[in-house]
Amino acid sequence: MSGTGEWPLFEVFVRGKRGLSHTHVGSLHAPDATMALRNARDLYTRRQEGVSIWVVPSGVITASSPEERDSFFDPAGDKVYRHPTFYEVPEDVEYL
Amino acid sequence: MDGSQVGPLNAAETEDYAQVVEEHFGGLIDADQRIEPRDAMPAAYRDTLVRQMAQHAHSEIIGMQPEGNWITRAPSLRRKAILMAKVQDEAGHGLYLYSAAETLGVDRSELLAKLHAGKQKYSSIFNYPTLTWADVGAIGWLVDGAAIMNQVPLCRCSYGPYARAMVRICKEESFHQRQGFEILWTLARGTEAQREMAQDAVDRWWWPSLMMFGPPDTGENVNGAATQSHTKQSMAWGIKRFANDDLRQKFVDMTVPQAEKLGLTLPDPDLRWSEERGHWDFGEIDWEEFWRVLGGDGPCNAQRLAHRRQAHEEGAWVREAAAAYAAKHAARGQGAA
Repeated sequence: MSGTGEWPLFEVFVRGKRGLSHTHVGSLHAPDATMALRNARDLYTRRQEGVSIWVVPSGVITASSPEERDSFFDPAGDKVYRHPTFYEVPEDVEYL
Repeated sequence: MDGSQVGPLNAAETEDYAQVVEEHFGGLIDADQRIEPRDAMPAAYRDTLVRQMAQHAHSEIIGMQPEGNWITRAPSLRRKAILMAKVQDEAGHGLYLYSAAETLGVDRSELLAKLHAGKQKYSSIFNYPTLTWADVGAIGWLVDGAAIMNQVPLCRCSYGPYARAMVRICKEESFHQRQGFEILWTLARGTEAQREMAQDAVDRWWWPSLMMFGPPDTGENVNGAATQSHTKQSMAWGIKRFANDDLRQKFVDMTVPQAEKLGLTLPDPDLRWSEERGHWDFGEIDWEEFWRVLGGDGPCNAQRLAHRRQAHEEGAWVREAAAAYAAKHAARGQGAA
């Protein structure tokens, strides 16, 4: 907790409906995870936008750095053969 | 990035950093791509966004007051439940926006402190009083209607978190506008006294609603030049998508037929359809009033800020108690482990 007495920040993830994964919807301040969950319900699901909520303390998220994005994501750049469209096959072959 | 490296790892460390930022940022803006929180961005872009999002968030939470004023006196349980939901939405919108502003590295408590100290503004529309129940209708129809007109383009704002918050807000605002119209629709078809009440509310809220779009972009007043360059820069950055005057005209064009449907008169003798322009002409806006209210001398400026400060101070014990409870349980959890 910061010196100002401000509650810590939590990131909120909501599962819109069964069968979908949780999606980041925003953040909020709360004194602890239990209250964060309740606040998230009131803030992000006032119109039944979710069936399940995760709250994660923002401080524990490790993120890739935007400055490094080129070198970081480079390895996948020259591997077009990972896509099915890379392969040339006869047109009259079915189920391929 | 780990701190042990010795040599430069990327261009940002070898070239003029500001130039790299400008090129990368400019490239994204030119391609109409979104800027995301940890992207390098010019300081002026960040400052403009923080100021605009903070002002927007402040407007949402100050905006709870004029309508909150009528919750206990709503004419039916149905209207009361609706009004509570609407005021709760305004609180929610404020929180979405503070959350978006925080992605730029500012703290919500810092922004609130600036609001309370009068160092950051909120929309001056909320410095007008809500004198009758019909005002709740007029706010929903006109004020929220104008807000939607301003906010829909912000859903395509270049800053990702702001744009995403606006998508949620705009979805929710449409209920606000419709419930306002419904209140006036009901009053306008009620008793003569109710119709008069509706007309009086529209008379008082029409001009302040037009002022919500901000000063003219091509103004002749002292602030015109500043407004023009500010608008131009914000448009170049993709923060603003349309000029103030264009949005205002769209709002007038949309609202005139709705007023006719309601059977209420918009208080502007110069309002007439221009065949030539294909738009509604409207009268001169009293910009002196706008600058006066914005500068602090509106009917409710002092009251709104005092109420906001009081609510914050009187809620301090709740925040402290919740923090103490959380700290106690965290300590217990550690003891058990």
